[in-house]
Parts: sequence; C-alpha cells; structure tokens
Amino acid sequence: MKMELIQPFINAADAVLAQTLHCSTRIDDVSMEPETYRRKGVASLVTIHGDIEGRIIFDIDPKTAARVASTLAGSDFGTNAEAGDDVARETVCELANMVIGSAITALNDQGFHFKIQPPVVHIAETGENSSEEQEALVMCFDTGNGSVFMNIALRYSNRKREDLRPN
Amino acid sequence: MEQFPFLIRKDRAAIRYLVVDDSVFARKNVARMVESFGGEIAGEAGDGCTAITEYDRVSPDMVLMDITMPQMEGIEAAERIVRAHPDARIVMVSSVGYQENIVAALQKGARHFVQKPVKAEILYEVIKYVMGDDAIMAAPVAQGN
Repeated sequence: MKMELIQPFINAADAVLAQTLHCSTRIDDVSMEPETYRRKGVASLVTIHGDIEGRIIFDIDPKTAARVASTLAGSDFGTNAEAGDDVARETVCELANMVIGSAITALNDQGFHFKIQPPVVHIAETGENSSEEQEALVMCFDTGNGSVFMNIALRYSNRKREDLRPN
Repeated sequence: MEQFPFLIRKDRAAIRYLVVDDSVFARKNVARMVESFGGEIAGEAGDGCTAITEYDRVSPDMVLMDITMPQMEGIEAAERIVRAHPDARIVMVSSVGYQENIVAALQKGARHFVQKPVKAEILYEVIKYVMGDDAIMAAPVAQGN
C-alpha cells in the first residue's frame, strides 16, 4: 500500500481525535495485518469506490468507546448500558466519518476522485482476508481516552493504475 | 461550551433550525451548539427525502445539512428544497470538504459550507453571515433563576 494513500488518514485521525477528544494523540503502533481482520470492540466500516478502492475500519474497544461517547456527548452513560451502547456505536461511526471525510478531502485535493458510503456499524467478529493486492495496515492511536484502531485496506483502481503506469 | 451572544431573528423570536444528518450523534451535537446560540430545533431528519418533507412541514429559518447520507444525499436534497423554496437558507455541514463538493453544493443553492468536526465559533459566524440582516445579536438569558 502506498504511503501517499496512508498519510492523509494519519494526519486526519491525529487532527480529528485531538480536536474532538481535547487531548494529544500519538501513534502507538503500526503493523501490516496478514491475518483476517478481527474486531476489537465497537467498529465502523466505510467503503470507498473510485480512483482508490477499499475499506477502512475504525475500531475502539468497548470501554474506550463508552468513555469517548461520554466525552463527546457530555453525558455519563454508566447507569444506562443500552443507551450507552447505542451512543458508543453512533460515536464511533461519526468519528470514522469525520476522520475519513477529512482524509478523503486531502486525497481529492491531490487529484484522486472517489465516493464514500456512509459509515456502517461493523458487527461481524471478523472481516475479509487481506490480500497481496489489498493488504491491510493497522494503526493504533493512543489518546487520553484509550486506544483507537484504524484498519486500512486500499488500492488504486485498475483504471488509476493504468494512468499511473510509466509510458 | 463557550458562551456566545444569542443570535435571534429581528422579530426577536428564536431562529428555527432543521438539522439533517444520518448520524443521531452528529444531529445532537449540532443541535446542542445552535441551542447554545439561542436557536430552536424545529425538526430533524436522517436523510435527504425526510429533509424535504420536514422542510415543508416546519418551514425552518435555516437548514444545517450533511452531504453523505443514505437514500438521498444532502446536495440533491438541498437542490430540491431550493427549487421549491428559493429563499431557503441551507448550510452544508460535512466531513467531506473538497472543493468540487463545496462548489456543487453552492451551485445547487446552498448558502455556505462548514466542515466537520464542527467548531462552535465557525458555525456561529456562518449562521450570522447567512442570516444577514434577518438576525440580530442579543444577550443570553441568565439560567437557573
């Protein structure tokens, strides 16, 4: 996976997490994931079509998701687990939407054109296998509210690869 | 949250907003901000189709509209609302802020664009700008009396 595709997501996650959670963030770990994706907690999936194709999963362990939801919503959901779960799912989807939207804005300004689907809650315990063509990169962001994982599997579309191929 | 002077209509009534976003969380977040500006939530919608019917039902002073939504996207909904109500004040609120999206929204009749994550001070200035002479500033009403 090309760094030019990844860097906007790192920048966007860093900026959006710091702004929305009012804390500094740092990348704790970056790894390629050769195995099947395994959900860690509350996860949101965004699919991309166009010059770049693939998907991004935003994944937060349940306790961190509840803390983030409380921080963002300005309420403590400690006594209402069901409302807390719903808000945690909503929060993860909206965080994913903001991070990915911001990254896509930067990529679009670099000349890549594509569409994103609205984030959906990723319920399955596992996801599709990554492949040589579309390997997944997993980043763990350490925030003051806990760890946030971003699993990115993107590739150039066939048409874009043709455009980029040297003559 | 930072305290802003209230933004109200020049007839001193609260500005009535229709908030459109497929994320309940995002709607509540924006609603909380505009209420802190002295506004009133006239309606909410989770997609473009519902936004059109809600606009007809509640006749808001301003629509705060997301772009990426299921069923009908915000830009198409904005176009349809403005076609039926040329005076509609629609502000697009989206995480996807690249230029062609903004230009498309403005061409279809949106008045302004705010990128997510929404900053209260930016939303406040945009609302003030879009309402123009139809809004005035007033001191917030003291709470807890």
